[in-house]
Amino acid sequence: MATTNSKSPKSGAARRQFIFDAAKMACGVGMLGLGLGLYAKQAKALPPLALRPPGALLENDFLGACIRCGLCVRDCPYNILELAKPETPVATGTPYFTARNIPCEMCEDIPCVKACPTTALDHQLTDINKAKMGLAVLIDHETCLNFLGLRCDVCYRVCPVIDKAITLEMVPNQRTGRHAMFLPTVHSEHCTGCGKCEKSCVLEEAAIRVLPPKLAKGELGHHYRVGWEEQKKAGHSLMDESKMIDLPDRLPEGATLPGHYDPASGHTEPMRGMAGSEAGIIPSTPPGLGGKP
Amino acid sequence: MSGKRIGAEAVETKGWLRANKWLLLRRFSQFGILALFLLGPLAGIWVVKGNLNYSYTLNILPLTDPYVALQSAMTGHLPEKLGLIGLAIVLAFYFLVGGRVYCSWVCPVNLVTDAAGWLRDRLGIKGSVHFSRNARYWILGMTLIGSATTGVVLWELINPVSMLHRGLIFGLGAAWTIVVAVFLFDLFVMSRGWCGRLCPVGAFYSLLGRWSPVRVSAPQRAACNDCMDCFEVCPEPQVIRPALKGEAKGVGPVILAPNCTNCGRCIDVCSKEVFSFGLRFNNPASTIKVK
Repeated sequence: MATTNSKSPKSGAARRQFIFDAAKMACGVGMLGLGLGLYAKQAKALPPLALRPPGALLENDFLGACIRCGLCVRDCPYNILELAKPETPVATGTPYFTARNIPCEMCEDIPCVKACPTTALDHQLTDINKAKMGLAVLIDHETCLNFLGLRCDVCYRVCPVIDKAITLEMVPNQRTGRHAMFLPTVHSEHCTGCGKCEKSCVLEEAAIRVLPPKLAKGELGHHYRVGWEEQKKAGHSLMDESKMIDLPDRLPEGATLPGHYDPASGHTEPMRGMAGSEAGIIPSTPPGLGGKP
Repeated sequence: MSGKRIGAEAVETKGWLRANKWLLLRRFSQFGILALFLLGPLAGIWVVKGNLNYSYTLNILPLTDPYVALQSAMTGHLPEKLGLIGLAIVLAFYFLVGGRVYCSWVCPVNLVTDAAGWLRDRLGIKGSVHFSRNARYWILGMTLIGSATTGVVLWELINPVSMLHRGLIFGLGAAWTIVVAVFLFDLFVMSRGWCGRLCPVGAFYSLLGRWSPVRVSAPQRAACNDCMDCFEVCPEPQVIRPALKGEAKGVGPVILAPNCTNCGRCIDVCSKEVFSFGLRFNNPASTIKVK
């Protein structure tokens, strides 16, 4: 401080100039940084139909880990991936594919992941069936041909994880009253999000689409316990059934509810007649329907 | 037009070829590297895969851009093994030959800004917005802090260098608009504006080559006839003066400023052969007796 004061006027002016220049620079560059930061925020909003390669980290991490080199694009034997151009609504230079145009072929050796020089594509992924590029959702029940009662089944047939990722669930066709409908049903545990179903959907616009899991999946409250699963885990009911209060059923004198279970006594009323001769009180699937194909 | 063209004297004394030697070598390097990258997608001959951010040559040589890797590291992500090896190779290379060798010998945007600079000179466009040459270091710092706060490799969102290079190899799209913007900016708004004042990639590489042994030197500076051609042609003219005019102040002839891009253009245009490539250590305070 003393030395600065001794050559006062000149160095004082220099110091003011320095502070002024620094402030000018900080403001200008700060503006640029603010703009870039807001742009970065936008860039994180990956459009739902743009899918990342197998093993890709969640978008938030992916945009930090991916160095935009395009090695995954080069090593994809089917030329499925492309790097986003500046005008694409995907972060510039990052790899993606659009299932409806060209879906992932799910190579067993996963060359795209092997080619990645960063952790953007998780090298821990060695089984392509464990990939989670997205999740197929039968998004339109009004136009899906199987929902109309026809036997299209194309999404089911092309699924590389057939009968696990997509099953056909048989339900009665209420419209005709005498036919079955085979509803394509996706099981998130097995779906890899490859997009073959979306690609091959015969409609003008696909009724089944691969979406990011966070859009496609609901989530139970964390405190929820599904009773029958807890029961299976524990090997018995978690409740002391003898203490359950069964409210009285209002019935005409002397009448009984066939098949009624009373938890307090453990008594079950006998069914009326032969099993299967009558549908019973509970409306359920007609005989011969309702199972997996 | 007033006066003669820059380097005309050098062409007279040394001949056209020698007066353009380093420029030709540099263009050969720039186009050659681009050609190697393009050979794969255009001709199906895969010598190099990837782009300047990361490339894999002949399935043996990985090369990683350290600035992109640093931004990625700021977001908390480190490369995998090959990426790290590539990083070490590139760091070692530019540490030795001079960081901004990347700018003048490799970067495709240099072709654009050199073209803008050439045209600006031919059209005689004078006047330029003033902007500090330190702006690039501020921008460099901003991209690193910004990467850490946004979690995105920030400069890659708009980096004209990777947009142009990636665009040429993987499909240009609208990236040409960014390249045209840089060209027009350098042509009309700011002389040598992009590479010399704004680009954080160059700023990063200048820091990387801070102590590089390979430098341009002016061992024959006593022969300088003050024609000013070297200052005219240099993309970072401020780096020349201390070395060229340092005899009286006891400053050695080696251009030590890290922003010298080692392009060698000053060597070309000097008719007195004042400049040459040399080593940083060969830097005597006085060069009079060398003559």
